[in-house]
Amino acid sequence: MDNFFESAYSIAQQIKDNSITSKEVVSKYFDNIESKNSELNAFLITDKQAAIRQAEIVDQKIQAGQQVGTLAGLPVAIKDNICTDDFTTTCASKILREWKPPYNATVIQKLISQDAIILGKTNLDEFAMGSSTEHSAFGPTKNPVDPSRVPGGSSGGSACAVKTDMASVALGSDTGGSIRQPAAFCGIVGMKPTYGLVSRYGLIAFASSLDQIGPFGKTVKDCALVLNAISGHDPYDSTSLDIKSDDYLQYVDRDLKGIRIGLIEEFDEVLDVSLRENLESATNLFKQNGAEIVKVSLPYVKYALSTYYLIAPAEASSNLARFDGVRYGLRVDGDNVEEMMINTRTQGFGQEVKRRIMLGTYALSSGYYDAYYKTAQKLRTALISDFKKVYDQVDVIICPTTPTGAFEFGAKLDDPLQMYMSDIFTIPSNLAGHPAISVPFGTDSNGMPLGIQILADGLNDSKVIHVGSALETLRTEG
Amino acid sequence: MEMPANTVKNDIEDFLKDTGFEATIGLEVHCELKTATKLWCSCKNSFGNEPNTLVCPVCLGLPGSLPVLNKRAVEYAIRIGLALNCTVQNSIFHRKNYFYPDMPKDFQISQYDIPINADGYVTLPDGGSVGIVRAHIEEDTGKSTHFSASGRIHESSATLIDYNRAGIPLVEIVSAPDITSSEMAKAYVTELRNIIVATGATDGKMEEGSMRVDANVSVKRIQDSELGTRCEIKNLNSLRSLGKAINYEIKRQVDNILSGQKVVQQTRHFNEDLNQTVTLRTKEEAEDYRYFPEPDLVPLNPGAAWIEQIKAEMPPLLIERRRMVQDLMRETQEIDQLQSAIAILVDLNLDSVFKQTVGIGANPTIALKRLTNEAANAVEAARNLNPEQFAKLIQLETDNKISTTQSKTILSKMLENPDKTLDILISELNIVSFGEAETTALVEQLIKDKPDEFERFKQGDDKVTQFFIGQIMRLSKGQANGKLVTEILMKKRNQF
Amino acid sequence: MTQDKSFISKEQVLHVAALAKLNLSDQEVTKFTAQLSDILGYANELSELELKDVSPTAHPIELENVFRDDTVLKSIDNSKVIQNAPESLNSQFKVPPILDD
Ligand SMILES: [Mg+2]
Ligand SMILES: [Zn+2]
Repeated sequence: MDNFFESAYSIAQQIKDNSITSKEVVSKYFDNIESKNSELNAFLITDKQAAIRQAEIVDQKIQAGQQVGTLAGLPVAIKDNICTDDFTTTCASKILREWKPPYNATVIQKLISQDAIILGKTNLDEFAMGSSTEHSAFGPTKNPVDPSRVPGGSSGGSACAVKTDMASVALGSDTGGSIRQPAAFCGIVGMKPTYGLVSRYGLIAFASSLDQIGPFGKTVKDCALVLNAISGHDPYDSTSLDIKSDDYLQYVDRDLKGIRIGLIEEFDEVLDVSLRENLESATNLFKQNGAEIVKVSLPYVKYALSTYYLIAPAEASSNLARFDGVRYGLRVDGDNVEEMMINTRTQGFGQEVKRRIMLGTYALSSGYYDAYYKTAQKLRTALISDFKKVYDQVDVIICPTTPTGAFEFGAKLDDPLQMYMSDIFTIPSNLAGHPAISVPFGTDSNGMPLGIQILADGLNDSKVIHVGSALETLRTEG
Repeated sequence: MEMPANTVKNDIEDFLKDTGFEATIGLEVHCELKTATKLWCSCKNSFGNEPNTLVCPVCLGLPGSLPVLNKRAVEYAIRIGLALNCTVQNSIFHRKNYFYPDMPKDFQISQYDIPINADGYVTLPDGGSVGIVRAHIEEDTGKSTHFSASGRIHESSATLIDYNRAGIPLVEIVSAPDITSSEMAKAYVTELRNIIVATGATDGKMEEGSMRVDANVSVKRIQDSELGTRCEIKNLNSLRSLGKAINYEIKRQVDNILSGQKVVQQTRHFNEDLNQTVTLRTKEEAEDYRYFPEPDLVPLNPGAAWIEQIKAEMPPLLIERRRMVQDLMRETQEIDQLQSAIAILVDLNLDSVFKQTVGIGANPTIALKRLTNEAANAVEAARNLNPEQFAKLIQLETDNKISTTQSKTILSKMLENPDKTLDILISELNIVSFGEAETTALVEQLIKDKPDEFERFKQGDDKVTQFFIGQIMRLSKGQANGKLVTEILMKKRNQF
Repeated sequence: MTQDKSFISKEQVLHVAALAKLNLSDQEVTKFTAQLSDILGYANELSELELKDVSPTAHPIELENVFRDDTVLKSIDNSKVIQNAPESLNSQFKVPPILDD
């Protein structure tokens, strides 16, 4: 079957129907891992034996007619900043090189309880700080469409694994675009759910008020399938929302009648020609199929990048303090405990992590807190109220996921500010805590995939799935 | 050389008078809450366990772990706030960032500009008052043990860390700088301790470290309006150390100023062996804590209804319990140091058995004396005294049926044998009642046997009085009531 | 991007590194001073905004009073706690001596 790998949803159905075994499926994916991973470096660690063993258990359950979970037998990849007690969890950092957590993240427990098969852990920018997966202590992941280019980041390994059929679906984390941007760069679907919809317990924090775990898939439907499994209230996460669960699969394959779609005025001026054309053709498809297009204004959105690069590093500087060589991970000795801590952190963290810790420490330090951190928090309020007004007028907003397609390795490494600009369209949703999805749409002048992003108000995850799925259908039909 | 406490106290008072200085002291008291679990996780809150056996990803600060607030800890913090006359308000948590190996996350979750309790006060037994600026919730750190041959930190070769204590809920009570002497500081800490222990939120054991005091001390010339530069003395773990550290610090700072130097803002440590405070770090090296709102926690808004419920379910406040005892003491004869006896009774949690006993009709003065003296040696048993039997015992003493000595003997047996009735105890102890009739009979017999001595007694030889009492005690095998014997003897002398 | 104005000095960079327990090489100090200055210069656009009456948002979602019951659950095995320790002794974490306390 040529398009066997194209739908995790259909694979799951076939496993459940007993028309294919999970063991066969897992083996197929491992064939790909074995032939592709050494070049692309999407996975940092896999465990074939354990995966096959798990698959056999699921197969036995199915053959015995027992009830199985919604992800039964499905091979899943996990970004390596999510704690797993069967695999090391490194955050792609030297400082956690051999760390094996004594516990599973809540999302891992949920995947296991739905009988998913965890293949291994995927590469990322160290501590999820970056937009290219170049900042991994274990070497970069390559873009499968053009291996001279970056896969995006920070969840580059997960995006690459799904694109190349090394995993059927994957989990990533998105703090400023780290799921959606690599999804766009690799030509797959990636979704950041509403803040609080998916538990963060066991996700190694980068910026706690922005981080959110979400799915990668080949299709919007696959993302909905995974979101069903991982969302829900978690008593171990105080910021987890205690709301009625929804079945996100039901929003796939609906029509667009009555849907109002917003275009952000302020983004017009920053779009180059090719991106504007790409957005226009998406807009036209929506319009032709019954959606109403509305121009909307988010006056404060142009400050989102500044706001983000004060808040995220500030929280990170505090979250990453615990990596001090005392309890786990790397230790580089010293004559006294303070020297030991300094030596450990100095040798354990890479350049980008240090840069952000420095930036965040400065933004919080005495005398600068009000000017930087507090001002950024006020901007956050202003942006949220902008969004509120817009969502009185429209159901969703659409915009490009990224300002360019995937760039070449090294292109932005020495200019962090340019690198940060990659997140200009994804950051606003993180600041507001809103859901957003990136759906592949069009290519840039280099033939690299581009993504269209669909944003919605908090807790309207169903709307981004609805409109994202519609765009996917229109793209393939058109 | 250690001087007796009184000498030191007088010394420092004289010293301040002579030099024209006065001291300003503010205290920060950390107390551990008596919850079943820690502040952010479900590990047991318990003292004295094997190292690192009461830990989990959360209290070890493992990557990916998140805190969830213990509801009971909030309830206890509110109890403390109410007992300290604070405003209980909506609050949030902040992170206080500094690196220290016994702090698992290298930041402490605490409350900063908006604490749960603010603006209260403590009334001292002498009528004075100390303001409470805030009483906020925060987490405890782990415990480090320093290794070395000499036992001195500066020469230690390694440090071992046990995180069992990490994450235990604390309330930090910050006083206003209303304290002016080490004596007042000790009185404040004692009273504060009694108040918060009575809420049931904490056990206030300074020896076990469940209550720790930091003292901020500054001095200034009496005529100056501005406060002097202050130094903070960390981790004082007994009233004794508190008093000594403050006195040492006052003297050190005044000496400093008198010799033309400036007091440098510092954090200091009280060295028990040297009996002096030593520099820990100066302000220039002091930390920049980079406080910011804890993003992993949400605001804490207890609301009027919950606060009311906590108030209703709270054990009665210390001050109310003392007042209740005081009310029962009215219309009775004055006793020495009544207030301090009442305070002891309540601190020992014997006010409830007292109230029941007096309620049955027992004499409050005798009940108070027995409970705060004899019974205080067996507090647990005393709390379980049968009020009826105890009241009967006091009645026998009140009616002069038994002597005070007999009464005390019976009470001590009663404490040891809670199931035995008063009658059984009396018969087991072979207590013979020497009331008016029995004693009179004995006295008359003695007068008959010793006519010469009685003659001398009548003529006013008081030495013979002692002889007669001694004789009667011997005849009664020590069970006669001396006071009653004297009374009857005097009556006889007047009759003849 | 070049700035007329430096938004952070080398001394400040060194101070921040000390607060964050990082040692920077001379080269890193120079590089970070320039890069942080760039980023802070960009973020300086916020300082021109009128935000006096805007309250800060620490959280994107409006939640309050999230509690846990005070019920003891099992802690993790001491061996699992210590297995990741770079150095340990008698079930405790062992570190080089602490200088000031
Ligand atoms: Mg404190
Ligand atoms: Zn714990």
